[in-house]
Amino acid sequence: MKSLAELAAIRDKMKDKVVLREGTSDMRVVVGMATCGIAAGARPVLNAFVELVNDEGLAGKVTVSQTGCIGICQYEPVVEVFEAGKDKVTYVKMTAEKAKKVVEQHLKGGEVVTEYTIDSAKA
Amino acid sequence: MKELSLNILDITENSTKAGAKNIIISIVEQGGCMTVTIKDDGCGMTKEILQSVVDPFYTTRTTRKVGMGIPLFKLAAEQTGGSLKIESVCEQDDPVQHGTTVTAVFHTDHIDCPPMGDIVSTLTTLIGGNPDVHFLFSHQMDGKTVGLDTDELKSVLGDVPLNTFEVLKWIEAYLKEQYDAPSSI
Ligand SMILES: Nc1ncnc2c1ncn2[C@@H]1O[C@H](COP(=O)(O)OP(=O)(O)OP(=O)(O)O)[C@@H](O)[C@H]1O
Ligand SMILES: [Mg+2]
Repeated sequence: MKSLAELAAIRDKMKDKVVLREGTSDMRVVVGMATCGIAAGARPVLNAFVELVNDEGLAGKVTVSQTGCIGICQYEPVVEVFEAGKDKVTYVKMTAEKAKKVVEQHLKGGEVVTEYTIDSAKA
Repeated sequence: MKELSLNILDITENSTKAGAKNIIISIVEQGGCMTVTIKDDGCGMTKEILQSVVDPFYTTRTTRKVGMGIPLFKLAAEQTGGSLKIESVCEQDDPVQHGTTVTAVFHTDHIDCPPMGDIVSTLTTLIGGNPDVHFLFSHQMDGKTVGLDTDELKSVLGDVPLNTFEVLKWIEAYLKEQYDAPSSI
């Protein structure tokens, strides 16, 4: 059984970590979660990013967050990646599977996955 | 929407956008009927907005774009022979007791009733995205009730935020365990 005692143990473990985490995130991953995004499958995409960023040990470097309508409903699910000093990258028609590649190649490797971006979708 | 849990996620996002501090999500299944209620203490809606939200084609369209979230939820309920109702008190009319309650009734034995889908994922998504909101969730089924109160978790967690990865994982497992538990009938 999951117990509140277990939650208290998580708290104690996290307390020591908080200090380490306070470094500013270099990268922000933002998932559009308005009606159009949710209907198109944004929930599993968001969850995939949350899981993968954590599994790959990127939590100190990358934050994953939700936003409303990004305004390009026909391309949902839409994911934007912000990085200081660089242009915003907009990934479109995302899936949990595509998220894996974005985490590996872009968030970890620093190389944009060009074929998933809005520019290649428009081309 | 393919799953009711996605409609619930979408409708509850309206509550967080309205600045709600407390959100109660309740699902009650009884016989062939399922009632979904989402109640918030956000800014509420003016009479005009309320009117246009329920009846999107009568909107004046001068002040705001036509939203899709509520009409989709309403359609989903009505397609099962059920209904959707919104009660709202806006902040200007009552600075203390304002907020919105959306109530949808589904006939679960109707062929067009969508599946609930991954409601646990809806909850972890909501809590992860809004760690400072107090969520009170309950899902009453024939023979058992699944529940979660984020204030109870916060009193254990202290300064550790609810959107910490490990905490969200714990919430996910906690809810799944309740859903998997045998019911009392
Ligand atoms: N809980 C709420 N509290 C206050 N206002 C609300 C609430 N729910 C809905 N509204 C109002 O009703 C409008 C319509 O909501 P609806 O979900 O249908 O569309 P939307 O959120 O505007 O856009 P989207 O299509 O992305 O959902 C909102 O823009 C908001 O003004
Ligand atoms: Mg909405």
